Amino acid sequence: MTYKSNKELHDSQAKTTLKKLIQDFYEQFESETIPHIVLPSRTKKNIELNEESDVWVYGDTESLRSAKTVKGAKQILKTSYVVDLLIKGHLDQDKSSTLRELYYISENWDIAKFHEQSESDHLIEDLEIITGLQREDFHVRPEENGATMFGPIKIKEITKRGERTMHCQDEVGEAGYQIPYNVETVQFLEHDAKFIIAIETGGMYDRLIENGFDEKFNAILVHLKGQPARSTRRLIKRMNGELNIPVVVFTDGDPWSFRIYASVAYGAIKTAHLSEFMATPAAKFIGVQSSDIVEYELSTDKLNDQDIKALESELTDPRFETDYWKEQINMMLKLGKKSEQQAFAGKGLDYVTDTYLPERLGEMGVI
Amino acid sequence: MVIAEELAKKQKAISIAEFFEKNRQILGFDSSPRCLLTSVKEAVDNALDACEESSILPDIFIKIESKSKDNVTLIVEDNGPGIVKEQIPRVFAKLLYGSRFHSVKQSRGQQGIGISAAVLYSQLTSGRPAKIVSKIDKNAPAHYFELLINTQTNEPEIIADKIIEWDRLRGTRIELEMAASYVKGRRQSVYEYLKDTAIVNPHARITLIEPDNNQIIFERVTDKVPVQATEILPHPHGIELGILMKMLRYTERDKLAPFLRYSFSRIGLQTASDICKKSGLDPEKDPREVTLDEAKRLHEAFKTVKISAPPTDCLSPITEELIRKGLEKEHTIDFIETTTRPASVHNGHPFQVEAGIAYGGNLPKEEKVEILRFANRVPLLYQQGACAVTHSVEGIKWKAYSLDQPGNSIPVGPAIILVHVASTHIPFTSESKEAIADVPEIVQEIELALKEVGRRLKLYLSRQDKMELRREKEEIIQKILPLIAKKVGDILDRPTPDITPVVAKIMGNVFIQRHVSQNGKGCEVQIRIKNHSEAVRHFSLHETLPYSIQDPSPEPKIIPLGKQIDHLWKISLKPQEEKAIIYRLDIKIEEASKLPQLIAEQIDEELITGAKVVNV
Repeated sequence: MTYKSNKELHDSQAKTTLKKLIQDFYEQFESETIPHIVLPSRTKKNIELNEESDVWVYGDTESLRSAKTVKGAKQILKTSYVVDLLIKGHLDQDKSSTLRELYYISENWDIAKFHEQSESDHLIEDLEIITGLQREDFHVRPEENGATMFGPIKIKEITKRGERTMHCQDEVGEAGYQIPYNVETVQFLEHDAKFIIAIETGGMYDRLIENGFDEKFNAILVHLKGQPARSTRRLIKRMNGELNIPVVVFTDGDPWSFRIYASVAYGAIKTAHLSEFMATPAAKFIGVQSSDIVEYELSTDKLNDQDIKALESELTDPRFETDYWKEQINMMLKLGKKSEQQAFAGKGLDYVTDTYLPERLGEMGVI
Repeated sequence: MVIAEELAKKQKAISIAEFFEKNRQILGFDSSPRCLLTSVKEAVDNALDACEESSILPDIFIKIESKSKDNVTLIVEDNGPGIVKEQIPRVFAKLLYGSRFHSVKQSRGQQGIGISAAVLYSQLTSGRPAKIVSKIDKNAPAHYFELLINTQTNEPEIIADKIIEWDRLRGTRIELEMAASYVKGRRQSVYEYLKDTAIVNPHARITLIEPDNNQIIFERVTDKVPVQATEILPHPHGIELGILMKMLRYTERDKLAPFLRYSFSRIGLQTASDICKKSGLDPEKDPREVTLDEAKRLHEAFKTVKISAPPTDCLSPITEELIRKGLEKEHTIDFIETTTRPASVHNGHPFQVEAGIAYGGNLPKEEKVEILRFANRVPLLYQQGACAVTHSVEGIKWKAYSLDQPGNSIPVGPAIILVHVASTHIPFTSESKEAIADVPEIVQEIELALKEVGRRLKLYLSRQDKMELRREKEEIIQKILPLIAKKVGDILDRPTPDITPVVAKIMGNVFIQRHVSQNGKGCEVQIRIKNHSEAVRHFSLHETLPYSIQDPSPEPKIIPLGKQIDHLWKISLKPQEEKAIIYRLDIKIEEASKLPQLIAEQIDEELITGAKVVNV
């Protein structure tokens, strides 16, 4: 089957699934039922560990959105307008829009228009949950490109302008290989990697490249760019699953970075419906751990009120309900301090690649 | 009254300057902002009382000039009756002169020590005399005085005394320089005090000129001068032993029984003789010769002999209507309810409670409710936590009246609670007279008044909720649902679905629908009736046709109407119940699609969807 006809089939399936939702509304009118949709409740309280896949997914708590209230009725109205756009504007015409464009398109929808982008983003996620599809299936793209990666792996990417093959260490610029927003178009050809190290900040990613960490340890470096994009998480999962390469995550030592690790390893609360697709339960946390702050005598900042609130909230987050994380979180609360990845620079620019990372990787049994 | 005697006693022993220094706190002259506030208060209270006694609509002008951070000049001017020349020095420059301590009457002046205290404070801190102008009539001269108080003798010292030109009809003006400061933006400030004063004195116009020359006018909203509080004789239950002894000593009556009858209210011939008998005193005895021990027995007898409660018509409440106007003029609000309780008695003193609650408008939603406390029309700004009014507010379960109340404290929400206590004697917790004591009779009356306005607030809010719900439903059925139906039809390339059954459901209406289908040569008609409400619904349903119908079930009542026939069913549906009427028509289906609308009768139009409602 050719790429094109495959795509057409895919699109028509997406259309059928979306129409099914609208058909439900239609039938509700006909059967004299107030239009409504039932969705899993998307909160911290309603995520549970799927024993099989070992990632966090939505539980059984459902929330009802019904046209009985103005809020519910408007949600259903907006849902129908978005579905109309996705079918007639995207899938029928083979066009796509970004999340931001979609928000702007709604400007002309009168009372169905969105008041802020987070509202339309959220609705797209709802549609993913209802249909079991992903936004790419509706031709909806994220705003920014994925992050970059650098390391001993050769890939083939199918682009709109044909196939491109490249080695992500030898055939890319200093910044590395740019991860596309849809990584399903990427094939892995060959690799020589012992492990993948996912890094929160650009500064540390650049430091590791400059120090030749990838060559010395045969490591694939992936830049997370803060809270990682879906494509970055998906690519890490695919490399881990398809190529069997272990994954470690290296972030700042603060409550927000703990969440970055959690979304790579366990899945994010907001997109728990995609956890099985994007989370890498085998990913391990290198640090910066709360205990590292003490052990390596890193320079620190005081926790502010938001930090403390975030840590306290993590204590009731089911994803952090392990002895390891309880200890790390409580220790940070006790210290009242947080630390950045780059704090290692205080001990010399090579310290992190020559001392800290090898020590931690050794402890973790990765090297 | 204790303070009066204290003062009188001490006056001989020490100079009043010394006395003042020692008692600054209780006289209301402690912090620098409060010194100014107390002075304003004394002057304004005097002005309002004087106008009221002469049935003049008060026009009060207050100007505050600030030379430095803690030095101000206060000018207060009124259009009152003025003061005769001879009285001026003593009214302003003799402590306790003309005080109301022995008058049993509801008045503002019962509160504070008088304007002379402000004069003394001004003189002690600035060294300058008080400057007074007063004029009693259009044709009378305006007298100008500069006065100091002799702090050794408590007698006025006249620095200047002359006649000046003054372009006012009549009135009094006082100018005082003092160490004090003008503050803004807090509860205990001149601005707030005047604003609250304006609320409970809606007949007054009050103008304030702040140090930066900013002018604020609290305009009057009524031309009705309040009914004057009348003076009454003291009631035996409210009298203290010391006062009783003083009354005995200075009476003009020669015999005890008449003394009792004419010095107290509610003592008649019989009661006077009962009191004498009970205390073992001769009714013929000269009151001036009653000893301390005998006076004590007399005082005891007051408590044991049955004496009716004091008259209460001597009080002057603000009245519901004027509280409403007062609140409305100083705030933007959606709802106000006020109440004036019937007069009642505490410890032999008549008193009366009034309460108001204002809600909504631009009042802050997340903050504690503002409590405005008044005693004899004077705002109480200090010691809110110690006051019976606050305790009563805290003691009420406001959730029952639709206001949030975290803990058992002051409720939270966009509301103002106002309480006014009027009495010939307000029981204060202390001499600073800023908090009303927890006298059970007063607390009970305050609670009853608050609960009364609370109930009306709750009624209002639940009606608002219902209207909001109705409005919300209207928006759904009129704007949102039709758009959903159209969009859903468009996407599926199908006709727009009929929303009426869903509308009936959302509105909780009775839904009526006629369905016609072909059956052999004729048509079969089914009328479905469903009650989507939570109440039982009764009504009559009319099917008025130019044909007669066949095999109806149930049977209708048939009423011929010329060429037409009216078929009438009496319908009664339990909540959520559904019924059907079926019959046949010997006409073609095309013709049947032109049947006229069904008509419902004896039911509210808003409760029916799918039929025309006609109520004759």
